Amino acid sequence: METESNFLNIKDVSTAFKIDGQFYDAISHINLQVQHDEILAIVGESGCGKSTLATTIMGLHDPEETKISGEIDFEGTDLLQLDDDGYNKFRGAKIGMIFQDPLSALNPLKRVEDQISEVMDYHTTLTKAEKHTRVLELLDEVGIVNPQRTAHQFPHELSGGMRQRVVIAIAIACKPDLIIADEPTTALDVTIQAQILDVLRDIQKENHAGIILITHDLGVVAETADRVAVMYAGQIVEQGTAEQIFNTPEHPYTRSLLRSMPQRDNEGDDLYVIKGNVPSLQKMPSTGDRFAPRIPWVPESAHEADPVMHEIAPGHEVRCTCYKTFQFPDQKKGSVTV
Amino acid sequence: MWKTILRRLMIMVPEVIILSILVFLLAKAMPGDPFTGSINPKADPAQIKHLMAINGLNDPWYQQYWNWVVHLFHGNLGNSYQYQEPVTRLIEGRAGNTLWLAFFSMVLTYAFALPMGVFAGRHEGKLPDVIIRFYTYVTYCIPFFVILVLGIWIFGYVFGWFPTTGSVSSDAQGWAQTIGSHFYHILLPGILGALFSTVNIVQYLRSEVIDAKHSDYVRTARSKGVPSKDIYRHHIFRNSLLPIAAFAGYSITGLLNGSIFTETVFSYPGMGLLFVNSISYRDYTVITALVLIFGLLNLLGTLLSDIILSIVDPRIRIE
Repeated sequence: METESNFLNIKDVSTAFKIDGQFYDAISHINLQVQHDEILAIVGESGCGKSTLATTIMGLHDPEETKISGEIDFEGTDLLQLDDDGYNKFRGAKIGMIFQDPLSALNPLKRVEDQISEVMDYHTTLTKAEKHTRVLELLDEVGIVNPQRTAHQFPHELSGGMRQRVVIAIAIACKPDLIIADEPTTALDVTIQAQILDVLRDIQKENHAGIILITHDLGVVAETADRVAVMYAGQIVEQGTAEQIFNTPEHPYTRSLLRSMPQRDNEGDDLYVIKGNVPSLQKMPSTGDRFAPRIPWVPESAHEADPVMHEIAPGHEVRCTCYKTFQFPDQKKGSVTV
Repeated sequence: MWKTILRRLMIMVPEVIILSILVFLLAKAMPGDPFTGSINPKADPAQIKHLMAINGLNDPWYQQYWNWVVHLFHGNLGNSYQYQEPVTRLIEGRAGNTLWLAFFSMVLTYAFALPMGVFAGRHEGKLPDVIIRFYTYVTYCIPFFVILVLGIWIFGYVFGWFPTTGSVSSDAQGWAQTIGSHFYHILLPGILGALFSTVNIVQYLRSEVIDAKHSDYVRTARSKGVPSKDIYRHHIFRNSLLPIAAFAGYSITGLLNGSIFTETVFSYPGMGLLFVNSISYRDYTVITALVLIFGLLNLLGTLLSDIILSIVDPRIRIE
């Protein structure tokens, strides 16, 4: 997958948080690539490390509380080697981030215009008047009907959907190459979700940006993503194109996720429930398949001792070998012995 | 903006009426009378009754209240029983002293508290924060009058740097010396009062700064590439000063309440000392007048707080 068009190359990145004086990996040995004009979706349940990955790329972690290793190669620069000032040349300018909760993500005491033009204060040499024009342009671009009016409003005067549009306008103000959208639609209702996703796609077409879309909503993934990486307990367990993931999912976790999602063909049936929880950071097993405890009927011999990614088709990778024999208990065949 | 303020002013009308009734009734509910202690202990009880009657103290409360209100509107707060002097003149002579002390103390309070609170919040968990927190805890644990007495003993008596009683020295001549002497006299009580009242503001501001530091909008600002010092300037300071600004109105009240302690301990001739003395003499007219003034200042304080808040916080404004 190492091609010229990968402008973001995440190599073997681990982020550990300090808890009671000890460091625990929240994400471990992540390898990912992002190209221009592509939407890479990262999916997984709460606590699997999706947001940690996003904030690691943005460099938003307190260096005293976290330990980050690996390499994040962004257009030839290793972001992890930068100090705060160096990072600030990328944040907002070349990497934009869209946050989950649009109300708390905006400063309640500043007008929309000031919050958007603040990005341009640091990354452009535009005059005040030019910035004003650009703000109106951006608000129009993200689908706000009356930019002039909205620019002068405060966040609390806007609806949830409009706030999220403002947050997007901030993220794209400097036409970044990479947009990280951390659950951009979670706080919104379904009709607004669709509109926001449309806005994201339009922006991408215009700027040729690469988008990392973090979500736990497989419906959103199916609608928007070109490629999908499935994360579990801080690791990527499967990645491939959207077709590969949705049509031929391999890893037990991916298959469990898809089975637990309401679809036309399982209407009326009870949805599949993945038993148990994502292990907490302190209890993360250091070896073995991290998903194994949640599929207890699979014999230990089916798992690798130290699971690695296997390329099973061009661009389609799966962690561990247990996918080969994995069956759900209610469709068990002779191939699986307990 | 103006609508908010106008509405807020209108709410004050019933507040003032209720306050005046309460003040009046509470003073009346105190046991004792203004005469028993002030005249010959062998005085004939009948004579006291007679005095009560001619002063209207036996009338039903609403009649007494009405008379009081009518006089109030004529700028007449009655005569002090103790000093045999109009209450207005009595208070006039002392209000200035109290207000100067309170104002000086408030300026010092904010001058200490704002930098300390912000500094502690910014360096959360580091040595300066630990020192500031230690200071606030210790000060918070000591009762105010103990601080005052200790302050007088150490700085007024042991070192002898400051005068320990009065508001101006008797041998001050000319306006410059008089003002200088006045200032010299409020220095120690002002500083001690400020040391005490900083505590709440420092603690509050510190936790506001820490909250703001970890807030989502600060994370947004960081993801915009805003350097750390600008994040503090543009986002954290303003947002965490908001509740402090709103608190400022109320703190005026607190300072006036504090003046009761300060003035008593320092024998500083202000409204607080006058109040304490009037209570022990059952000097009703003075008590009601002072409580009314303190109450009105309270209401003004909250009004001020609300106005400040509506200016600094766009979410409060009524469109």
